[in-house]
Amino acid sequence: MDLALTPEHQAFADEVRDFARQNLSPATREKTFSGKHYDKADHVEWQKALGRKGWLPYTWPKKYGGPGWDVTRRFLFENVLAEEGAPRIIPFGVKMVGPVIYTFGTDEQKERFLPGIRSSEVAWCQGYSEPGAGSDLANLRTRAVREGDHYIVNGQKTWTSFAHWADWIFCLVRTNPDAKPQEGISFLLIDMKTPGVSVRPIIMTDGAHHVNDVFLDNVKVPVANRIGKEGEGWTCAKFLLANERLGIAEVPASKRGVRSLRDIARTEPQDGRTLADDPAFVAQIADIDLQVQALEMSELRALSTMALGGAPGPEVSTLKIRGSEIQQRIAELTMEAVGEYAQPYQPGMLFHDTNETPIGPDHAVPAAPRYFNMRKTSIYGGSNEIQKNIVSKMVLGL
Amino acid sequence: MDLSLSDEQKQLQDAAERFVRDKYAFENRRKIAATEKGWLPENWAQMAELGWLGMSFKEEDGGYGGGPIETMIVMEQFGKGLVLEPFLPTVVLGGGMIAAVGSAAQKEALLAPMIEGKKQFAFAWLERQSRYNLADVSLKATKEGSGWSLSGHKGVVYNAASADQIIVLARTAGSAREEKGLTLFVVDGNAKGLSRRDYPTQDSLRASELTFDKVSVGADAVLGTVDGAFPVAEDAVDRAIVALCAEATGCMDAVNAATLEYIKTRKQFGVPIGKFQVLQHRMVDCFTNAQEARSMTLMASLKIEDKDPVVRHKAASGAKVQIGKSGKFCGQSAVQMHGGMGVTDELSVSHYFKRLTMIDLMFGTQQHHLTRYSNLAMAA
Amino acid sequence: MDLAFTAEEQKFADEVRAFVKANLPADVRDKVKNGKHLGRDDYMRWQQALGKKGWLVYTWPKKYGGPGFTPAQRYIFENVCAEEYAPGIIPFGTKMVGPVIYTFGSEEQKQKYLPAIRESTVWWCQGYSEPGSGSDLASLRTKAEKQGDHYIVNGSKTWNTMGHWADWIFCLVRTDSKAKPQEGISFLLIDMKTPGITVKPIIMADGGHEVNEVFFDNVKVPVANLVGKENEGWTCAKFLLANERLGIAAVPQSKRGVEALKDIARAEQDNGKPLIENPGFAEKIADLEIQVTALEFTELRVLSQMAQGGQPGPEVSGLKIRGSEIQQRITELTMEAVGEYAAPYLPGLLWHGSNEEPVGPEYAHLAAPRYFNTRKTTIYGGSNEIQKGIISKMVLGL
Ligand SMILES: Cc1cc2nc3c(=O)[nH]c(=O)nc-3n(C[C@H](O)[C@H](O)[C@H](O)COP(=O)(O)OP(=O)(O)OC[C@H]3O[C@@H](n4cnc5c(N)ncnc54)[C@H](O)[C@@H]3O)c2cc1C
Ligand SMILES: Cc1cc2nc3c(=O)[nH]c(=O)nc-3n(C[C@H](O)[C@H](O)[C@H](O)COP(=O)(O)OP(=O)(O)OC[C@H]3O[C@@H](n4cnc5c(N)ncnc54)[C@H](O)[C@@H]3O)c2cc1C
Ligand SMILES: Cc1cc2nc3c(=O)[nH]c(=O)nc-3n(C[C@H](O)[C@H](O)[C@H](O)COP(=O)(O)OP(=O)(O)OC[C@H]3O[C@@H](n4cnc5c(N)ncnc54)[C@H](O)[C@@H]3O)c2cc1C
Repeated sequence: MDLALTPEHQAFADEVRDFARQNLSPATREKTFSGKHYDKADHVEWQKALGRKGWLPYTWPKKYGGPGWDVTRRFLFENVLAEEGAPRIIPFGVKMVGPVIYTFGTDEQKERFLPGIRSSEVAWCQGYSEPGAGSDLANLRTRAVREGDHYIVNGQKTWTSFAHWADWIFCLVRTNPDAKPQEGISFLLIDMKTPGVSVRPIIMTDGAHHVNDVFLDNVKVPVANRIGKEGEGWTCAKFLLANERLGIAEVPASKRGVRSLRDIARTEPQDGRTLADDPAFVAQIADIDLQVQALEMSELRALSTMALGGAPGPEVSTLKIRGSEIQQRIAELTMEAVGEYAQPYQPGMLFHDTNETPIGPDHAVPAAPRYFNMRKTSIYGGSNEIQKNIVSKMVLGL
Repeated sequence: MDLSLSDEQKQLQDAAERFVRDKYAFENRRKIAATEKGWLPENWAQMAELGWLGMSFKEEDGGYGGGPIETMIVMEQFGKGLVLEPFLPTVVLGGGMIAAVGSAAQKEALLAPMIEGKKQFAFAWLERQSRYNLADVSLKATKEGSGWSLSGHKGVVYNAASADQIIVLARTAGSAREEKGLTLFVVDGNAKGLSRRDYPTQDSLRASELTFDKVSVGADAVLGTVDGAFPVAEDAVDRAIVALCAEATGCMDAVNAATLEYIKTRKQFGVPIGKFQVLQHRMVDCFTNAQEARSMTLMASLKIEDKDPVVRHKAASGAKVQIGKSGKFCGQSAVQMHGGMGVTDELSVSHYFKRLTMIDLMFGTQQHHLTRYSNLAMAA
Repeated sequence: MDLAFTAEEQKFADEVRAFVKANLPADVRDKVKNGKHLGRDDYMRWQQALGKKGWLVYTWPKKYGGPGFTPAQRYIFENVCAEEYAPGIIPFGTKMVGPVIYTFGSEEQKQKYLPAIRESTVWWCQGYSEPGSGSDLASLRTKAEKQGDHYIVNGSKTWNTMGHWADWIFCLVRTDSKAKPQEGISFLLIDMKTPGITVKPIIMADGGHEVNEVFFDNVKVPVANLVGKENEGWTCAKFLLANERLGIAAVPQSKRGVEALKDIARAEQDNGKPLIENPGFAEKIADLEIQVTALEFTELRVLSQMAQGGQPGPEVSGLKIRGSEIQQRITELTMEAVGEYAAPYLPGLLWHGSNEEPVGPEYAHLAAPRYFNTRKTTIYGGSNEIQKGIISKMVLGL
């Protein structure tokens, strides 16, 4: 056992850092550190740079055009990029539909879809949830009826993150209403430009537009866009959910969050000194810092199991639970650190790159919106309650 | 970076697991706890034979060249069985300090026989007023001819009654709570002028109050340098903390397993109580807490021999915070989910609960270590 | 609304204080003050003194020999007693079976049992739980079969608090095994000296003996000892459980416990200063104190509703939940305050009043056993999980 990096791994980390410094736009980087919202170009420009380098699908095996990295390299890659202020890679293509396609898709499908994902030329979104199917995903009702070599899709998806930026959506649809709920579902790829697809924004508590309703009205989808067999979409869905849970712990971003929390505490005045001199407050930072470390070690242990050929088991659900709680706690403490100056709502600065002067310090602008926004982390990707149900059933056998 | 156990380490784990299974069935432990010493000489001899007493020491010191990971592996299994033999005071603390700063003669006279199972130690650092401040020492050692004379009081000294030698942290210079001016002395357990009050602890270990009334020792009783013991003691305690964390991890695994089994079998309202979602989620939280404890213990075990003292201190304190938190959560939850049975002496749960509770109090509570960690982290 | 006491109430408080000072045996006061265990006789001496004054049954209406206190007087009485280090009144007679008898019993039963409860000449214990029936009390199996004008009782009860000190036990027994579980239960009063009853101690985690198993082997109980109608025992049980929950919050004791904790934190050293000056620890005490205040005001609100003629509803479950958690927290912080000196286990001093010297300060050896023991408060009298189940069903309609 050893925590130290080999010289090769050290060199790799340096290479990643150099790459990020050269390719990440300063404006995007600044948004990361000041906690402001990215626009589509921030993501796309950065992801394309990664794509050109061959690093975007960094978790993929060589066979499908990934770099085929060991777990240490993946770990370093994520951490160095977070330290350098890179936006997180939007997961829908690279982490979600990509692996589903190379695991369950046909050769044609692989050839057709994987290159666009690897290069970030094509933006994807995830069409799982519906108004009546959230935690109980298998209850979904969007219908796909076969007509010749097309499906005619009707229904509504909701909570679709970045649908307004997406070129394609991967959907779970019901192809057989008479089968058991899990057995009548298929996995379809749908071009967002197909007639009958419409997108309506949902505005979040902080005023942000990330999620959408997606309406599907007699949308004609070629049967060739189905991944896996008809009625076996649930298998793809479950595979993907397990993948999703690993990345969702967001440890590198949380490490960065703890660092900036300490920086903020050093600048916030209190009693003629700074908040960093308040032992009770810094103890709370220490506590969250340690929680991040524990989570990181747990993730490393899981990765090390995977490196030895083991699959990530349902235990990774606990990573999602703790990861989301930690993200929320960091946002909460950051807002507390800012104090009363968290109150002014400054949408211009938050969303639109205006150059008005902030009320209070710059870091105060996103503090409260971020706290509000982060409540989502214990809800999406399978709520924490659902995660606990899964662990209770799958790991503990209850 | 590599977090997997080597083959030898896996064998060690198997052997320790076997030891606990064979020797520490719950009723057996009760019997061992009730013996006069509170531990079994035959078990100690077996630990020596298996090489556990020497495994974490360097080969030139007569050990087998392992380190903190080996200690972690064994302590974790000890935690599962609530093992009573004084491994921590003798090997981790006493042996650890002798190996770190002992003279060749001291290693020969003390460490070698300890590795063979022929000597036991205790570490006397705590005093009534000192709480968790290692430097808050008032027991005085004054020069007396070529040697020293020790007078004062030490409290809650684990294994003092069985120890052949007691390693005493004494003040040789400086004022109260000053880090400089502390010295370690190796004092015979039956030295003249040393009196003991022995007692069992809440978790069935043995400890003593020690009174030193002009206890005379030679110049060769000094372990390390005169006035320079603080960093030695601090490191020893940090290592002990990490070992305790491993023990706590084992306790948590065991108490979680017992609770899981209980809620699967105990029926109320016609179903196993494990069918109730509140208990399911609490059980998941226990499981998560134990995972985190394991992660932090591993982190600390990997960092406890780092060259940078700040890294070592942060690692130990960080792990201790986690263990305090997770231990409390798992212990309290186990009791609660056992209902009335949880608060009785009859099942193992309450015994794990008590041990986990005492581990939080040893060498500094969760809060103490959070403050220590926080100060170190902000200074960086 | 007014928080201040009226002149009469103030006078009443003085009267109670004078009474306690004059009548609480000094050795008993001392034991309570130092958190030591009390013996049967300790409780009896104090309760009999209260009995003579007519105050033991301070919650009873005048009609049955209670003092008819107003809610304010009750509050004052409980608080002054606690402040003056009086032991808690053992609830089984005065708060449990007494009210059941005057509510559901016959005239003869009232005459036979109430005086001895009022005067504390008879010690009662509660025989509800069984090995297979804890939370699921209605599943109880101890059987009572009618033979002429007796019941023959067979079965076992468990967790009987102070059953080894009791003269009488009130039991729930099954009189009809064919009916629905709740409908075949009766409420029986049984003399503990009746042949066929054996009491076996259960040792607690702290090494103490306070609970027992009670075995019934063909125990002959006169039918006259049935309270209420046959098979209507569940009504009495539910009535009693509601009563039990009100008292169990133990607010006055907790207030006293917080004060004791502060005394200990003043006496304990931390870096050459009293522990209470450690900001982290002081904050924990403050947090606890605020919780106690919140609970106290909730209890006052309930009492004031009752003064208006309302019955305590299922909301009182909330009091038990918070009250028990607070009791636990007090013992937890007290143990933390004591630090490593909580480790010595001194059973002689703890259980047998031996006069050995304590290790460290007198209060130290009590700290850990108290903490271990107080885990019971979230389990007995209906566990906190069960209380939450009740609130969710009865109050929230879930
Ligand atoms: C910001 C955001 C982005 C999202 N992005 C996407 C996306 O891109 N694509 C997509 O398909 N979906 C997305 N989602 C949807 C997300 O996966 C769902 O919100 C989630 O699955 C929960 O479903 P729901 O909102 O319908 O809540 P419900 O299912 O109605 O749950 C409400 C509450 O009940 C609890 N609950 C439900 N069932 C149980 C149970 N059995 N036991 C215990 N508790 C239970 C839940 O935990 C929750 O607290 C997103 C959601 C958010 C908030
Ligand atoms: C180290 C230490 C020192 C302390 N020092 C002090 C001090 O100096 N001064 C001070 O005032 N307090 C002190 N305390 C606080 C002490 O915990 C309280 O005073 C104590 O809880 C009051 O107990 P009581 O005897 O009044 O019992 P009560 O709480 O009234 O209960 C009497 C008995 O009946 C049992 N019981 C009650 N209700 C039920 C039920 N529904 N079902 C089953 N059993 C039940 C209880 O478990 C208990 O055994 C100290 C605590 C500690 C840990
Ligand atoms: C110190 C002590 C004194 C006592 N004194 C008396 C006494 O004098 N007389 C008397 O009759 N009884 C007494 N009791 C018994 C007490 O009332 C029971 O212990 C209690 O009702 C819980 O039952 P159990 O211990 O069988 O636990 P179980 O019912 O087996 O419960 C085990 C766990 O499962 C949980 N659980 C059970 N059902 C559900 C559910 N539906 N939903 C969610 N969680 C659930 C419980 O909350 C608990 O965490 C005493 C108990 C103790 C510990």
